[in-house]
Amino acid sequence: MSEKELGKKLDRCLADGVVKLGTGLGLGIVFSVLFFKRRTWPITLFSGAGLGMAYANCQHDLRSHYLLHTSEQQEQ
Amino acid sequence: MLRVCLRGVKATAQKSSGRIRLTNVQQCREYTTGESSGASRVVAAGLLTVTGGIGGTIIYAKWDHKFRAAVEKNVPYSEWLLGLALGPASQDAGLPIRKQMESIQPPSMMEKQMRTSKAKSEKKLKETTEPALSQPTQNIQAEASAEATQIISAISEVQSIPAPCDTEPAAAAAAVLQETESAGAAEPLRERSAEEVAARLAQQNQDEKDIIASLSARLDDSLASSAKATLQAIGAQEAALQAITQHTHKLKEAMETEGPTEEKSTQWKDLEAALADRTTSVNVAKTALVKANEALDGLKSVIDKSRGLKITAARPLILAAEENLHKMVVDLDKVVSKVQSAESEAKIVAQYTELVNEAKQQFQREVSSLTPEIQANWKGLTGKLSTDDLNALIAHAHRRIDQLNRELAEQRVRGQIHMEAALEQQRAEDQKALDKAVGTATQHVKEEARLDQERKLAELREVIEAEMRTQLRRQAAAHTDHVRDVLKVQEQELRAEAEQDLSSKLLEQETRYRQLTQEQLDDFTLDMNAAYARLKGVEEAIDSHVEAEEEARKAHRLWLSVEALTYTLKTASAESPSMPLEDAAEAVRASCVDNDFALALTSALPEESLKRGVYSEASLRARFNSLRSLARRVALIDESHNTLYQYFLSYVQAALLFERQQEVPPTQLRSEDLDPFKLLSYASYCLEHGDLELAAKLVNQLRGEARRVVEDWLTEARLTLETRQVISLLSAYANAVGLGTTQAP
Repeated sequence: MSEKELGKKLDRCLADGVVKLGTGLGLGIVFSVLFFKRRTWPITLFSGAGLGMAYANCQHDLRSHYLLHTSEQQEQ
Repeated sequence: MLRVCLRGVKATAQKSSGRIRLTNVQQCREYTTGESSGASRVVAAGLLTVTGGIGGTIIYAKWDHKFRAAVEKNVPYSEWLLGLALGPASQDAGLPIRKQMESIQPPSMMEKQMRTSKAKSEKKLKETTEPALSQPTQNIQAEASAEATQIISAISEVQSIPAPCDTEPAAAAAAVLQETESAGAAEPLRERSAEEVAARLAQQNQDEKDIIASLSARLDDSLASSAKATLQAIGAQEAALQAITQHTHKLKEAMETEGPTEEKSTQWKDLEAALADRTTSVNVAKTALVKANEALDGLKSVIDKSRGLKITAARPLILAAEENLHKMVVDLDKVVSKVQSAESEAKIVAQYTELVNEAKQQFQREVSSLTPEIQANWKGLTGKLSTDDLNALIAHAHRRIDQLNRELAEQRVRGQIHMEAALEQQRAEDQKALDKAVGTATQHVKEEARLDQERKLAELREVIEAEMRTQLRRQAAAHTDHVRDVLKVQEQELRAEAEQDLSSKLLEQETRYRQLTQEQLDDFTLDMNAAYARLKGVEEAIDSHVEAEEEARKAHRLWLSVEALTYTLKTASAESPSMPLEDAAEAVRASCVDNDFALALTSALPEESLKRGVYSEASLRARFNSLRSLARRVALIDESHNTLYQYFLSYVQAALLFERQQEVPPTQLRSEDLDPFKLLSYASYCLEHGDLELAAKLVNQLRGEARRVVEDWLTEARLTLETRQVISLLSAYANAVGLGTTQAP
C-alpha cells in the first residue's frame, strides 16, 4: 500500500538513525578513548556524523521517488 | 435554605399526616361507635326494601298476568315463589274465559226462553188448557236447548257473522255466537274472511232449517192441540148428540108407551136422568166446541204467520196443515150440524110431549071436573065406576067426541092454515138452515177448492220445475252438442290451417336447411382454410415463441449470471477484497456466447478484479479515513519541497491546521479548492454520501507526496468503480434484454 510506504520509510529512517547514532557514539567513544584521550569532541563528532548521515539517508529515502536517475533520464 | 425548606416541609408533612391519622382514627372511632347502629340501620333498611320489593312484585303479579309471565320468564326461581304465593298461573288465565262463556250462555238461554215464550203467548192468545201451554213451553225449552246445543256445536264451524234474515231464534243464535266467538280467539275471524259467503250461505241454510224445524214443530203442536181439541169437541158433540137422541127416544118412548106407573116413573126418572145427561153433555160439547174453535183459530193464525214467512220449503207443511185444519173444521161443522138437527128434533119431540101433556092435563081437568072423585089415573079405575058415572062418562065421552069432532074439523081447517103457516115457517127456517148450510158448504167447498188449487199449484210448480229442469238439461245437452259440433268444425279448420302452416313451415325449413347446409359447407371450407392458416400462424407463433422463449431463457441466464456477478461484489468484507470475479465473469461469458455487447462488456472487466476481486466501498471509506490524516501530514511535500525539515513543517501544519471534517464540494472546482485539506474534506463528504466516483476525482487532484500516498487507494477505487460500472452496464443490459423478451400480459 502506498500509504504504508511513508511509515515504512520513517521506520527505516528511525532505525537507521538509531543505528548510525549508536555506531557514531560507539566509534566516538572508542576513538575518544583510544586516540583522543577521552575528550568528548570525538563522541559528539562521530554521533553527530552518525546523526547527520542518518538524516541525509532519511531525506534521500523520502526524496527517492522524486529523483530522476540519470539512467532513467538516459533511457527516457 | 433548601434544608430549612425541606425541614419545614417535612415538619408540615408530619404534622398533617399526624392530623390526618388522628382524624382518620377519630372518624374510624366515630364509624366504629356509630358503626353498630349504622350497620343495623342499613341492614334493617335493606331487608325492608327487599321484602317490600318481593311483596309488591307478588301482589302486582297476582293482578297482572302478563307481568307475572314476564317475571317468571326472566327471574329464575320466581315461578316457584309465585306458585307458592298465588297458585299456578295457567288456571288463572283459563278460568275467567270459561266463566265468561258460561255467563254468556245462560243469559242468552233465558233471553231466548223469555222471547219465545212471549211470542208463543202472543200467537196462542193465552192458552186455556194448561197441558197445551206446558207442552208448547216445554217444546220451546226443548227447542231452545236444541238450538243452544246446535249453536254450541256449530261454534267451531260457523263464522260470527249475524244471519241476514231477521228471525228471533237466529238473531239470538247469532248474538250467542258473536259473544262466544269474541270471548274466544279473534284470529279465526281475520283468517277466515275468504269463506264468508259460504259461511253465510251455510248460516242461511241453517237458519232456514231452523225456521222450518221450528215452524213444523209449531205447526205440529198447534195441529196436535187443535186436533185434540177438535176430537174432544167432536167427541163431546157426539156424546151430546147421543144424549139428545137418547133423551128424545126416551121421551118418545115415555110418551107413546103406556105401561104401569112404576115403569112410567122409572121411565120418567130415566128421562130426567137423560135430560140431565143431555144438558151436561150439551154444555160439555159447547165448551169443547169453544175450545176447538179457539184451537183452530190459533192454528189458522200459526198457518198465516208461517205463510207470511214465505219459505218455499215450508209450503207443503203449510198446505198439509191447512188441509188438516179444513178437515177438522169440516168435521166439527158436520158434528155441530148433526147436533143441531138432533136438538131441533128433540125440540119437536119436546114440543110434542108438551102438547101431549097439555092435552092430557086438559082432559084430566075436564074429566076431573066432570067426575071429581075420579083420580088422575082414571084408566085403572074402570072396574070401580058405577053405571051413572059410566053413563055420565059415556055422555061426556060422546060430548067430548062431538066436541072433539068439531074441534077436529076446526082443527083440520085451522090445521090446514096452521100447516100452511107452519110450512111457511118451516120453509123459512129451512131456507135459513139451507142458506146456512149452503153458506157453510160453499165455504167448505171454497176452502176445498182453494186447497185443491194450492195443491194443484204446488204440483204444477213441481211439474214446471221438473219441466224446466228437463228443458234446461235439454238445452244444456243441445248446447253441448252445438258446442261439440262447433268445436269439431273449428278443429277441422284449425287442423287444416295447422297442416298448411306445417307444410309451409316444413318447406321453409327445408329450403333453409339446404341453405344452411350449403352455408355450412362454405363456412366449413372457409373455416378450414382459416383454421389451416391459423394453424400455420400458430405454428409460426409457437416457433417464434420458442425462439422468444429461448431468447428469454438466455436473457434470464444472462441476468442470473449478472446477478451472480453483482453478488460476488457483495462478498467483499470490511478489510478483504471480494472473491475473484473470474468464475462469475466466466459464467456471464458462457451465458452470452452470441451476444457481442455482453462479451465486450465482460472483457471490459479489469484483470485485477477478475483475479483478485475488488474492495467494497465501506472498506475504501475506512481506508480513506486513515489515509486522510497521512495525506494531511505530507500536504506540503512535493517534488521541490521534500526535505526532512519540510516534512517536519508539514507535520506541524497538519497538527495546527483545522478544517471541516466534511465539506460539500462545489460543482466547479476553483483554484483555491485545490488545497489538499479542502480536497480531502470534499472527498470525505463525498465518501460519506456514497459518491465514490466524485471522491476519487477529487482525490485525483492531490499533488505531490499526498498523491503518492493515496495512489494505491485511488487505483483500488478506480478498480472498484470500473468493475461496478461494467457490472451495472451488464445488469442494465440483462434487464433490458429480459424486459424485451418478456411478454406483457
